[in-house]
Amino acid sequence: MHDKTDRRNIEELNKIAAEIRLELLRMFSFGKAQHFGGSLSCVELVTALFFDRMNFSADLIDDPERDRFIMSKGHAVPVQYVALAMLGVFDIDELKTIKTLGTRLQGHPDILKTPGIEAPTGSLGQGLSFANGLAFAGRLDGNEFNIYLILGDGELQEGQIWEAAMTSAHYKLANICILIDTNKYQSQGKVNQMMSVEPLIDRWRAAGWEARRIDGHNLADITAALDEFDGAGDKPHVIIADTIKGKGIAFMEDTFEFHNFALSETQYAMAMDELVEKSGGGE
Amino acid sequence: MNLEETRARYGQTLVELAKRDARVVALDCDLGRSTHAYRITEVDPSRFFEMGIAEQDMISTAAGLAKAGKIPFANSFAVFITGRGFDQIRQQVALPKSNVKICGSSAGITQGPDGATHQSIVDVALMRSLPNMTVLIPADGNQTQKAVEDAYEIRGPVYLRLSRYKTENFTPDDFQIGKAVNLLEGSEVAICSTGPITWNVVRSRSILEELGIRPTIVNFHTIKPIDDAAVIDLAGAHSIIFSVEEHSVYGGLGSALAEVLAEMPSSKGRRCRLVRLGVQDHFGESGTADELLAKFRLDPAGIAGTIKDEISK
Repeated sequence: MHDKTDRRNIEELNKIAAEIRLELLRMFSFGKAQHFGGSLSCVELVTALFFDRMNFSADLIDDPERDRFIMSKGHAVPVQYVALAMLGVFDIDELKTIKTLGTRLQGHPDILKTPGIEAPTGSLGQGLSFANGLAFAGRLDGNEFNIYLILGDGELQEGQIWEAAMTSAHYKLANICILIDTNKYQSQGKVNQMMSVEPLIDRWRAAGWEARRIDGHNLADITAALDEFDGAGDKPHVIIADTIKGKGIAFMEDTFEFHNFALSETQYAMAMDELVEKSGGGE
Repeated sequence: MNLEETRARYGQTLVELAKRDARVVALDCDLGRSTHAYRITEVDPSRFFEMGIAEQDMISTAAGLAKAGKIPFANSFAVFITGRGFDQIRQQVALPKSNVKICGSSAGITQGPDGATHQSIVDVALMRSLPNMTVLIPADGNQTQKAVEDAYEIRGPVYLRLSRYKTENFTPDDFQIGKAVNLLEGSEVAICSTGPITWNVVRSRSILEELGIRPTIVNFHTIKPIDDAAVIDLAGAHSIIFSVEEHSVYGGLGSALAEVLAEMPSSKGRRCRLVRLGVQDHFGESGTADELLAKFRLDPAGIAGTIKDEISK
């Protein structure tokens, strides 16, 4: 269990991020296709949310005022699985069952099977609408909580995102904060070559959102940007986090090749060596 | 007797449920006064969510509301809510068993003058194909009230198919989801129907009797789960079963009956023939409801005529 009382200890958060990457690689293992690229790119975002920012813990998973997290780019849910395991929602040993028959850890988020999962996603573009529904319910019930989402930059090509962005702004759902994992790649290539989604700041501001852009691997920047969001006011918030697909494992970085990829045993060993070294060794 | 639209009784029942239970909310896509969902504002304006013309967003938002403990009724024309919202219904309502009621209004060709774009003829096929989905098509106002109340009691996804076709209240009080309703005992010929078009079947009786045909008439307000025991009983006691629906003959009541009949063990009785009346494999067009029903032979005279022709084959 990680203690969230020591807020703003960036060094500690960086250690947690390194630990998440290690657990992610162990869980993914080799010989089986896994969503490496888009999981590795949002590790710092998940770290900042689950280990610093959110009012969430294993004891709060049914609390009506817990903060909600939605992995709208559902294929990156393995990072959330690791975070939930590290917070004690389920056992860390369960991670290796991911995507195997009978597991609670499905290939994409499943609210019926997995404790701590808040939204069924996987078909891209649906997370923000779902978040709006949670926000509506919270408003009717007088429950105060914030809703955090991670969206992919490729995911913004889905039209439903912009329908939902209108809804959040129209209804002034100021307790919603999106982090866009802007890793510049989608499944089959570069976002700006497949179907450009820029200019992101301008688009979100025009849609009525409070928008800022940051380095999505710098935990000081991420936590500072999240401090600007207090869940109040008139506008929902979006943080465009520039990230690197495959971040942390050199041969996976800045390419779409490892979006969904089965590592060889040799590649796995190479990746493990790198992550162990970066996390300070001694593994 | 007063004629009534099922969509109107739906709105009235929604109001009653909303008074009883604060968890009941409604969403609509710029059709709230047509679907009658807007009437929930009589109880509490804050429990009506205007979603703009955005069905995909509406369905996913409803799923979010359900996750947080609300009982959302999501509304639009049947053609849009099931067509444009299909993936959202599949992914965020049916798969996670979200407690969302999908209310498809102005269903079928009796939507009328707006034409083929607005006439839902495959919505039942779409909804029936989804695991965890209950599919209800009330035939008149009284059945609508019970269907809406029972849909509310179910903790899970329900598709409610509603109509602007006016009928008398002709169904009996018995209503149980999954149980077919016997409207008339006859012999040799059984007519199975669903939704307000059932009223046309009932009105075809006098024409059929003049031709010496005394049909059994059964109403299937529940398309899923289909009452297979009732179908098997009908097959044992009749030589032809007709299905009559305001929907494509592919994927709706006719298909559901065909599935039961085809898989029926021979020990359960003799096999009988099935003839499917409905929208054959084509789209609708503009016209009044009555003109279209006559053209597609789904008015009382058309139903009786087709049955007579088929019997003599």
